[in-house]
Amino acid sequence: MVLTAAFQSALVVGLAATLTTATVIAAEPPAERYITVASTTSTENSGLFGHILPLFEERTGIKVRVVALGTGQALDVGRRGDADVVFVHDRAAEERFVAEGHGVDRRDVMYNDFVLVGPRLDPAGVAGMSDITAALRAIRDASAPFVSRGDRSGTHAAELRLWQEAGVDIGTVEGSWYRQTGAGMGASLNTAAAMDAYLLSDRGTWIAFRNRDDLAILVEGDDRLFNQYGVMMVNPERHPQVKRADAQAFMDWLVSPEGQAAIAAYRIDGDQLFFPDATT
Amino acid sequence: MGDFAAASRAAVELLASGDPKLLEIVALSLQVSLSAALIASVIGLPLGAALAVSRFPGRRTLVVVTNALMGLPPVVVGLVVYLLLSRAGPLGELGLLFTPQAMVIAQSILVLPIVVALTRQAAEDAWAEYRDLLHSLGAAPLRSAVTLLWDIRHSLLTTVLAGFGRAAAEVGAVMIVGGNIDGVTRVMTTAIALETSKGDLPLALGLGTVLISVVVAVNAVAYLLREAAMRRYG
Repeated sequence: MVLTAAFQSALVVGLAATLTTATVIAAEPPAERYITVASTTSTENSGLFGHILPLFEERTGIKVRVVALGTGQALDVGRRGDADVVFVHDRAAEERFVAEGHGVDRRDVMYNDFVLVGPRLDPAGVAGMSDITAALRAIRDASAPFVSRGDRSGTHAAELRLWQEAGVDIGTVEGSWYRQTGAGMGASLNTAAAMDAYLLSDRGTWIAFRNRDDLAILVEGDDRLFNQYGVMMVNPERHPQVKRADAQAFMDWLVSPEGQAAIAAYRIDGDQLFFPDATT
Repeated sequence: MGDFAAASRAAVELLASGDPKLLEIVALSLQVSLSAALIASVIGLPLGAALAVSRFPGRRTLVVVTNALMGLPPVVVGLVVYLLLSRAGPLGELGLLFTPQAMVIAQSILVLPIVVALTRQAAEDAWAEYRDLLHSLGAAPLRSAVTLLWDIRHSLLTTVLAGFGRAAAEVGAVMIVGGNIDGVTRVMTTAIALETSKGDLPLALGLGTVLISVVVAVNAVAYLLREAAMRRYG
């Protein structure tokens, strides 16, 4: 009796383990219809996708799997053919991506802006400035701690462009005030909050960010802080596995009146995070 | 202290809510990490026992290497598996990148050296004790390895659990090969990393508490099973 029970339990455990493995390893790939989108941490962390994707899925039955990375990394994923669509925010890099034949059919989708965030105490005295380059120079002059993404993201690219326009050769900066985290927007915000540092953030992530501590927006509104998001398909000529029709449907929906309205409707505490600006 | 109080509250609320999304993430974590531990054990237990009873040139080097590989950096394993499974890589045809299968593969690679090294050590200790007996019985190496494995079966449970713990705790590999896709490849550790980056530290720590509870539960079940087995089989 005892032995039978023991055998039975051993059998059950063994069976359960085998089944688990079988379902994970040998399972049929899920039959659901989906596309993979390589996008940025700002669109995912801000909650935008959580708001608009269910609407798209309901309309078309196509699931969207989002892999959220920095813009540079997201473009790499597209370049390797590991996504169907790339949805990022670094126009120069996107145009290069298309020119090199990695992507096709790039379109503007929406914009928001970057903001200079820093400690309320504001050791560099930049609060309220309307010229972002003057603010950056003031931070440099004060050697006030500045956190840079340092990860080839769209925000990092924008930051480097602004330093250049400010006439600061950030590559040769000496001293410890300029600190690269090599991490995503949220992780860098956590770092800046912990060390009372300045940093450039996209407004969407900032609005959705919960651990602000003593940080606040100090400079905003300069035209050079404009932040354009674009979408493009990974070149199906080069990567035949790209789900052309479904990818096209997603891109068409994003720039359609319905998609654009969905983007505009996403708010946190009444603040609109992204402003649709598709031209079609 | 406020942070930890908020985190405990978040953990309790998470568990009490029975949020289907949370359950899905916990289930996937268990599925992926248990599968990885199982696969690594199926391969690693015999390898470890074989390594214990066999003698060949380069064996000591192999032992040192296996021991060292217990410290394989998950992020490196993730990167290698990513490059292999990427469409541009040698196994790209399989289309496994950003799937739970890819996560199982990466974690199996991480867990395998732990299982091999710990099994080898335990089997070698037992081998020292039984070598003469097994020799006098004229047992072949294969027969010896099987006998040893059976003899140390109770300590092997700890070996497998160590492997499972490693898999359930790592974030570097599953983040890269899984992509942390909502509803598809999001597991406990990548969800914690995500909430941390959103700045929702109480929720992140609450999820961490849930993860630890789940790992404790798995270990408790394993312990009870072992006790029951010992009572029945002696």
